[in-house]
Amino acid sequence: MRYLLTHLDTAWALTLIHLRLSLIPIVLGLLIAVPLGAFVWRRPALRRIATLTASIIFTIPSLALFVALPLIIPTRILDEANVIVALTLYTTALLVRAVPEALDAVPAGVRDAATAVGYTGLGRLLKVELPLSIPVLIAGLRVVAVTNISMVAVGSVIGIGGLGTWFTDGYQADKSDQIVAGIIAVFLIAIVIDVLILLAGRIITPWTRTSSAIRPRTKVAT
Amino acid sequence: MDANVVGDPATDEGGDVNFLQQALNFIFTADNWGGKAGLGARILEHLQYTGVAVAVSALIAIPIGLLIGHTGRGSFLVVTGVNALRAMPTLGVLLLGVLLWGLGLLPPTVALTLLGVPPLLAGTYAGIANVDPNLVDAARSMGMTETQVLTRVEIPNALPLILGGLRTATLQIVATATVAAYASLGGLGRYLIDGIKVRQFHIALVGAILVTVLALLLDGLLAGAAWASLPGTGRLRRPIPQPLLDDEVLLEARPRGRTPDYSGSDPSPTVEGW
Repeated sequence: MRYLLTHLDTAWALTLIHLRLSLIPIVLGLLIAVPLGAFVWRRPALRRIATLTASIIFTIPSLALFVALPLIIPTRILDEANVIVALTLYTTALLVRAVPEALDAVPAGVRDAATAVGYTGLGRLLKVELPLSIPVLIAGLRVVAVTNISMVAVGSVIGIGGLGTWFTDGYQADKSDQIVAGIIAVFLIAIVIDVLILLAGRIITPWTRTSSAIRPRTKVAT
Repeated sequence: MDANVVGDPATDEGGDVNFLQQALNFIFTADNWGGKAGLGARILEHLQYTGVAVAVSALIAIPIGLLIGHTGRGSFLVVTGVNALRAMPTLGVLLLGVLLWGLGLLPPTVALTLLGVPPLLAGTYAGIANVDPNLVDAARSMGMTETQVLTRVEIPNALPLILGGLRTATLQIVATATVAAYASLGGLGRYLIDGIKVRQFHIALVGAILVTVLALLLDGLLAGAAWASLPGTGRLRRPIPQPLLDDEVLLEARPRGRTPDYSGSDPSPTVEGW
């Protein structure tokens, strides 16, 4: 703990790198997965292909993907871009399955009501169905965010920056207090990001805060 | 890393196909499989770390999940605990463990167990808590004791989700067991991490390929088990379940899970509603 307090500057710099590596993929993944998930939603054949591909991508160990990506895309080995691409793939893989499932869960009555007041096709999707699927998406995002943060930390064994370097440096220098400081720091940013996503989710879905019988309500994990 | 690694040391960039070719050559050379530091021994070590950690996680997580799922008390603990444990950095715990307890099986087991507990706990708890309450009430009204309700009604019905949790736990553990090599232990991480260290990237690729193959094999095996555990008839026609992280998403999205099923209920039941 003392190590963390006496090295706050370094901790902050490493935290920024860590967050950059783990959060950019979440934004990219969302931008890819939401349209893709909505597109395959009512197309069973495409949806099956998307689900299967996503499962296989998810099964590839992250360290292996960090190392193997330069073979597939034109990046250099041990480049930050590999991490961002790999984690974007994982994020997309998780969300592309969650989006159609969330859309499935929109109550049929709500859909009918939206149709009845004149919404059709894309308008209904954007204004009614997608907003109602936000709670499930948020649940998926929270899992992805925490997973990404720990994957970046593990990446330090193959030379990826971020707070994980305190683990490897502390180990090489036989300084257990540095490792403990790293554990605390990674733990803290994971919890903070988790809570921030949770709060953001609650702010953009005001209807879940009232007593609502039609939505499966999200659990507040505080 | 080894003297028998021949082949020109490729430079940092370019020659991508070359790396893959060299890696495959390495894997398909019989000489590299035998011996104490051969591929065969490394795979066995990797499976050993994985197996021990999965077993310990299951021994910890399943009883707790059953208890909390059955009694319904402390579900708050599960959600908070799962979130907190998932935020625990495996590598930090492993390296701290090595510094504190020395080399051996203990540090990787502790670190990997911390990784395996959250999905197993989430799966077990969500599985039990999601069993149709009418079913549980029916079992009680037939005179079953609480133990019988748990073992004969709740566990069989929860089995797909429990196995789903086991599958996620195994997948994450087998993927992360790679880091054991960083703490001078064995396993497939030896190739991956040593290859990076000495800048022999085709060796790193050997590790990456074999870990991926191992993960895909184990995942396929457990997916089959989860599929076979689906209760009721007609499961042969149902698709193989794909839980992976879904059980955890399920846990977070619907903690008690007892919401009506709206899926695919077209046309809407508005008319018969009253």
